[in-house]
This record gives sequence, C-alpha cells and structure tokens, in this order.
Amino acid sequence: MTKILTKHFDEPKLHELETYKRLGGYEGLKKALTMAPADVTAEVVKSNLRGLGGAGFPVGGKWGTVPPLDKVPGPRYVVVNADESEPGCFKDRVLLTRAPHQMIEGLLIAAHAIGAKETFIFVRGEYQDQYDIIEKAIAEAEDAGYTKHAKIMLMRGAGAYISGLDTALLETMEGKKAWPRQPPPFPTVVGLMGKPTVVNNVETLSMLPFILREGGDAFAKIGSPKNGGTVVFSISGHVANPGIYEVPMGTKLRDVLALAGGVRAGHTLKCVIPGGTSMPPLLEKDLDLALDFDAIRAAGTFLGAGGMIVLDETADAVAVAHNIERFLAHESCGQCTPCREGAFWNEEILERLLDGQGTPEDLPNITRIGENITGKVICALGDTVGVVARNYLSKFPDDFKKRIPS
Amino acid sequence: MAKRVKFKLNGKEIEADEGRLVIDAAKDAGVEIPHYCYHPALGNPGNCRMCIVEVAGAPKPAVSCRTAVREGMDVKSDSELAKRAQASALELHLVNHPLDCPVCDQSGECGLQNYYMEIGQYQSAVREDKQHKDKRITAGPHVMLDQERCILCTRCTRFVDEVTKTHELGIFRRGHSERIELTPGKVLDNDYSGNVVDICPVGALTDRDFRYKVRVWYLDHADSICPGCSRGCSISVHTNTKRPWHNDGKRVARLKPRHNPDVNGYWMCDEGRYGFASLDANRLGRVLRLTPQKQDVTWETAASEIAAKLGSGGVAFVASGMLSNEDWAAAKKLFSGAKFYFTAEPDQVGGEDKILRKKEKVPNLKGAENLGLTSGSFDELAKDLEAGKVRALYIVERDLAKIWGAERAKLLMSKSALVVFQGPNKLAISEHAHYRLPATAYVEEDGRFTNFEGKVQEYKKALEPIGEAKPDWEIFGLLSKPPSAAKRRESVA
Repeated sequence: MTKILTKHFDEPKLHELETYKRLGGYEGLKKALTMAPADVTAEVVKSNLRGLGGAGFPVGGKWGTVPPLDKVPGPRYVVVNADESEPGCFKDRVLLTRAPHQMIEGLLIAAHAIGAKETFIFVRGEYQDQYDIIEKAIAEAEDAGYTKHAKIMLMRGAGAYISGLDTALLETMEGKKAWPRQPPPFPTVVGLMGKPTVVNNVETLSMLPFILREGGDAFAKIGSPKNGGTVVFSISGHVANPGIYEVPMGTKLRDVLALAGGVRAGHTLKCVIPGGTSMPPLLEKDLDLALDFDAIRAAGTFLGAGGMIVLDETADAVAVAHNIERFLAHESCGQCTPCREGAFWNEEILERLLDGQGTPEDLPNITRIGENITGKVICALGDTVGVVARNYLSKFPDDFKKRIPS
Repeated sequence: MAKRVKFKLNGKEIEADEGRLVIDAAKDAGVEIPHYCYHPALGNPGNCRMCIVEVAGAPKPAVSCRTAVREGMDVKSDSELAKRAQASALELHLVNHPLDCPVCDQSGECGLQNYYMEIGQYQSAVREDKQHKDKRITAGPHVMLDQERCILCTRCTRFVDEVTKTHELGIFRRGHSERIELTPGKVLDNDYSGNVVDICPVGALTDRDFRYKVRVWYLDHADSICPGCSRGCSISVHTNTKRPWHNDGKRVARLKPRHNPDVNGYWMCDEGRYGFASLDANRLGRVLRLTPQKQDVTWETAASEIAAKLGSGGVAFVASGMLSNEDWAAAKKLFSGAKFYFTAEPDQVGGEDKILRKKEKVPNLKGAENLGLTSGSFDELAKDLEAGKVRALYIVERDLAKIWGAERAKLLMSKSALVVFQGPNKLAISEHAHYRLPATAYVEEDGRFTNFEGKVQEYKKALEPIGEAKPDWEIFGLLSKPPSAAKRRESVA
C-alpha cells in the first residue's frame, strides 16, 4: 500500500536532518519557495488534502480564507496543533518522534503560502520526549537556513484535552483559560492575538512536502474522491497488533483491521471506534465501509483523528460509555452549561448503572439528555458529550437493559 | 446610521438595525428571550445557551445573543425546538444548583426561579447527588459569594475584568468543578463591587448590607437620582414600608442603579449605593423655635417670625448641592439680596475616577450655577461672621461643624442675630440655631437635579415625609411675602 508519511520509518535516524535530507527532505520546501504563495495554496487545493486533526476541513480551502496581505496587512501566523490528546490517538506522537523534519518542512511551506513570518508549534504538555526532539530538529533546520522566511517558536500545553481544539489552543497560547471561542470569526480571520492564523495538525502539515514535491494531482490520486492522500490510523484495543498504520484514504475498514492482525484470537468483533473515543462506534455490518471523511460521515460517525479502538465481545457498552463520559466530564472546560452539567449528569447515571442502581427512567433520560446537548453547545467536545452515551445505548440496548435490576 | 432591515420573529415581521443582535432586537419588539450570560454592557460570551432560537435555513439552533439581524431572516424563539432547547438548558443549569429558593435571598428576583416558573418543568429528573462547593464566602466588604448557587455565567468576572479592571474574581478549576473564586491575595473591595450583585442572575452574589433583611416582594420601587456626587446616577430606591418590622425598621432597603445610557449606563458606585445608611438617623419632624427655650410652633408662626426678622442686607444663605432645581429657584427668589455659600469645598469633596465617581459629593451644584448663583467661600463667611457683618444666617442641610470644627462653628453662629437651620437630619449645629425647620429628604419629594454635564433628571417621591417636614422650596415659599402658594414649580428645569 502507498505510504507517504511512514514510508521511511525503517530508517533508524530519520529524525535527524542528514537522514531526512538524504531521502529527499526539504525538496518540497525548496520548490515551494520558488513559487508564488497563491500557487502553493492552489497546489494544496488540487491535492484534496483534508485536515487530519479531526475536522477534515479541506486544507487549501482553509488557507484560502486568510485575508490577503494587501487587504489586511500585518502579521499572520501558522500554528501547529501538536496537542494530540484524543484517547486512542497516538499517530502524532509517532510522527513527531520519528519524522519531526517532515512536519517542520510542512510548516515552513504553509508559512510561505499564507505569508506568515512567525509560526508556532504547540506541543502537548505530556509529550516531553517529543518536545526535546522537535526542539533539536528546529535548531537543525535553523542552522541549515530553512527558516529564513519564517521563525519557528515552540510552546507547551499544560495538559488540558480541550486545548487540542484550535480556538481553545489559541486561548491557551495567549495565556488564558482553555475556553473555546465561538466562530465566527474563524481563526483564519481573527486568530492568535487577533491576527489571521492557520491552525493545522501535525499529520496534515507532514503531508505538504510530498504534495509540493510530487504535485497535488499525484497526492489526490492516492486517496478517494475529495479525500486526497493517506491517513495514519492509531489502532488499539482488542487487536492482535496495535500500532500506527498508514493507508490510502478510502481503504475499507476490513482491510485496515487486517493490517493490525484483526480481532485478537478467539474473540469476535463488537465494535470499532473509528476516530478516537469521541466518535460513535461502527459495527460488524460496517466492515466494508470505505474509510474517508465523507463516507464515514454518511455512516453516522467521524473519521476524527484516526484513533481507532477495536472492541471485542468482552467489552461492556455501559462500561465503555461510562469510561468515555467520565473522561469528557473531567475534560469539559466548563464554559457552557449543557456540556459542563450534562457530562457530569451522564457520568453519574452511567456510574449508577454500573453499580447496579439503575432505574427504568435512566435509559430514556440518557437519550433525552444527549439530544438536549448535541448541537446546542459551543464546541465539539460538548457535542460529543451528548452523543456518546446515547449512541452506545441505541447500538447496544441489551448491555444497558441488563444493568437495570428488575 | 445603521441600515434598517425587516426580519421575521415568531412569524411577525419586525424592523431592526442591520447587525443588531437578535436578542436585543427581540427585546425592542417586546419579546424577552431567556438568557443569563448576555449583558448589554458585558458582551455575549454565549455560554449559558439559554437564548437559543431557531433560524430558518441554519444548520443548527443558534444563540440569539450571537446572531446578528439580517434582512429577511426568519427567527423563531417560540417554536417547539427553541422552547425545548431553552427548557433543557434550564434543566441542565439546575443539575447542580442547590434549589434552596426558600432560604435564598435572591428569591423573587432570580433568573433561575423566574424561568423555572415560566417554563414549568417542575419535576426534576435528576437522581444524582449534587456537587458541593463553598458557601457563605465573604468576597469583600459588600458582597457574599455562594459557589453552589453560581451558574458560571461569568458576568461578575467580566465586570471586574472589563469595567473596573481590578480582577478580584476569576473562574478556577475545570468542568463541573469550576467555580468563581477570589483571585489569590485579593478581596472584592473595588469602588463598584456592589454591581456584581445586580448583574448576578442568581443568588450566588448577594449584598451583605441587604441580605436577609427583607423579602424583595415586600419592597416598593421609585425612580430616583443618586445624591452621592455630581454624576447623578439614575437609581431606583427600594423601600420597605409594607413590613415595617423587617429591614431593622429602616424604610430604605437598598438603592439599585437604573439603566441610563446618558449618565451611568448600568452601574453605580458603592459610595452612592451604600450612602443611604444615615438617611433616617436623627430625623427632624417638628417645627421648633429654640430660643429662649425650645418650643413647638406652627409652620405659619415660624414662617412669619422668620420672615419678619430676615429683612434684607446682612443675610447669608448657606446650602449645598443637595438642593433641587426647584429649591434653588425658590431660594434665589427669597434670598435675592443675600450672599450665597454652597461651594462643595471643603467638606463635600472626595475621590473621583474615570468610571462614574466625581469629586463633588453632592448632586446639584450645576442647578445653582445655571440660575446664575455664585458661592462665596466658607473662609469669607467666617470672616464676615467674625466682623459682625452677618445679621441673619440661614443654613440648609449643611454641617458647619465639618467645615469649621464644632466649637468654632458654634461661636461663629452666635455672632449672627438670627440663625435658622433647615434640613432633614438633626446635627450638632442645628441645636445652636434660633429656629429649626424640618425638611424632606430627597426620597420624600419630587424634584430635579442637574448633573455636572448639565443633564437634568427627575427624581420621584419614594416615601412619605417624616412629621411636619416639607420640601425646601415649599418652606422658602412660606417665608416669602406674600407667602407663595405651596405649589411645585414645574417649569423649573
């Protein structure tokens, strides 16, 4: 299968500039710098690259909403969202550890495309090793003269899940509480310190060197319609070989699972969480689903950041839902009421069910509370709070019903 | 001027400025959309999610506090979807709220309580134990904080961040553990701290001066003007007369700011807000002749005796900016040949700032100025009294002891053949006068003040006068020859 980001992961010293350069590194940047910024964006538009941090927004389209310099003069920024914190996602960690230059090159290409003279990498606080690796890689890139057009600054998060959401990340960078903003205006218009800002995920930016080197069309050809290139899944849970797997966009769920060795021996599949714990699970019947942003959305869930968690028949849907809702309640930023209170309420109800203290009213309540939250909150975390419990309830009603003492 | 556009609200076509927030445009049209976090002076964080409306064509329900009016848009705040969204937002607000309305001082003017009654979802579906947080936190000299009742609308933190810029309150922790707390090392003691009580939509922030004194539904309200400084903030006087045994027997329960975009916006300072404490202390209610011995007399007797003795020449009229425009006009007429002393210096001046507070701690110096009255200094008056140049000294509600010291004031007053004291409260110097006339306090009369910018505002009678007290202008009318009819001079602006 075609690989882009993990193609050279056999190279032990890929994280060092010398190795990276030997394998064609920084050629994409070199090419980008000979092009007009608008042409770079056009190439990215052509590539059908989607935002791989979870939202799946077309990257070229996002860049295109940055107001041009002659209309809004002054600084603009590119921020790398390296605050990977969705449970089940660990592909950015591997990409940063193994191929930091790939991301840095992508960042420098993006900076050229939108005219940013300053860029930031916001690294999850817990990623200490990765922070050190990136720091070293930035120094190498600076010494090699790649950062003449754009300075790179490194920042660390303080451990809040919600900081992984672009607008909350910008608030954090400004030294404030990680409370998501409510677009509009979108960060590309009013972002960091009120300036136009492009926030892109590690994996997204890492795709750019290939796109510039090989061309947008070549990238688009790898994936499925409107979903260019590859996607890196972090696969964990009840599979034989957990790990990260890069596959072209549109690969069938069945084939992705096969890469990870399938469900562990002697067990049967219960469900697959496709994009990280926040996403509703897929079932056995969905195994032939082609995994790209649009197809998976049509199936009622999200590709998210590719944090695939596989659960076999030993998993109890109530325990799973409780685990996730507990996480969300703990990580809810507390800004808007439905999420703050609803996550707490959901967690408590599920905990009561686990304790054998459920009542028949709890099940309709779970559905009702969820419906009352989703779509009526500020950010995606809140939407998720409303989705998770009621989704597991609708897909595995028996697991829930048997928790209610008769 | 903004472009006027037409849009539909609940099926009815209304007109509004383009770009005006739907929540405001609806209010203009008489439709109140429930909300907690939005406050016109503190922005629209959109965190309470109460003001959700349905906008035709929008992918999901929108908060009306962050939705701008556009030509032709179709908004519904009363559709099934919108009503359910509002009801569910309320339900979620109540998940961890203690629901202690019967013992909560906010009861009767609480946003949660009001919407709860209105929306009517009376049976709680919550079976879980509520979260416990801290209660009875003394946030500052005027404000108590109850974290359990707080709904985290952030109005108070935005107030201390954006209006006073003093940052005493903040939101700490995360998620459902989140709470309003004092910033470490700080106390909520800024000059405007009382406003956080007004803007708190629930019983989380209450007024130490007011809490548990009287239930709000026993209070009467009258529009008034704060007499605390020359800003003249629009206020509402809340009085307690239905249950006189409540509120420690005091008639005025509290003062609240009244929205006036031209003068004070939504705010008032603590100095003004809590400045009514001595309003009813040592009130004068009897008309008295104090020499040769204390004796009750009628208004007619006092007026004719004083009028006879006043004469012209050698009259000094001492007053302050507490007089209304009507009072100043009557005084100007009655004391046409007299020297006036009403400057705020030295005893009626104090701190000022760039928000509201002004240096002159009386509301209506401008009213006198506008009538062409000028004030001599109190040093000049002292000199004139020393030199025996003052034959009649007429004092209205001004404590000369604060200017000259008690002993010197008494001595200087004794140099004048006639001393009249008129005012609402008894003072040490009032007992050295020859006549003591009871006047109404500003809450007991209608009148007008002109603030430092020349804005004329009307204040309304909130309480009945004590005893025989009369408004100053009416007393001046009685003293004039012939006594002018006791009629308020409506024409005086």
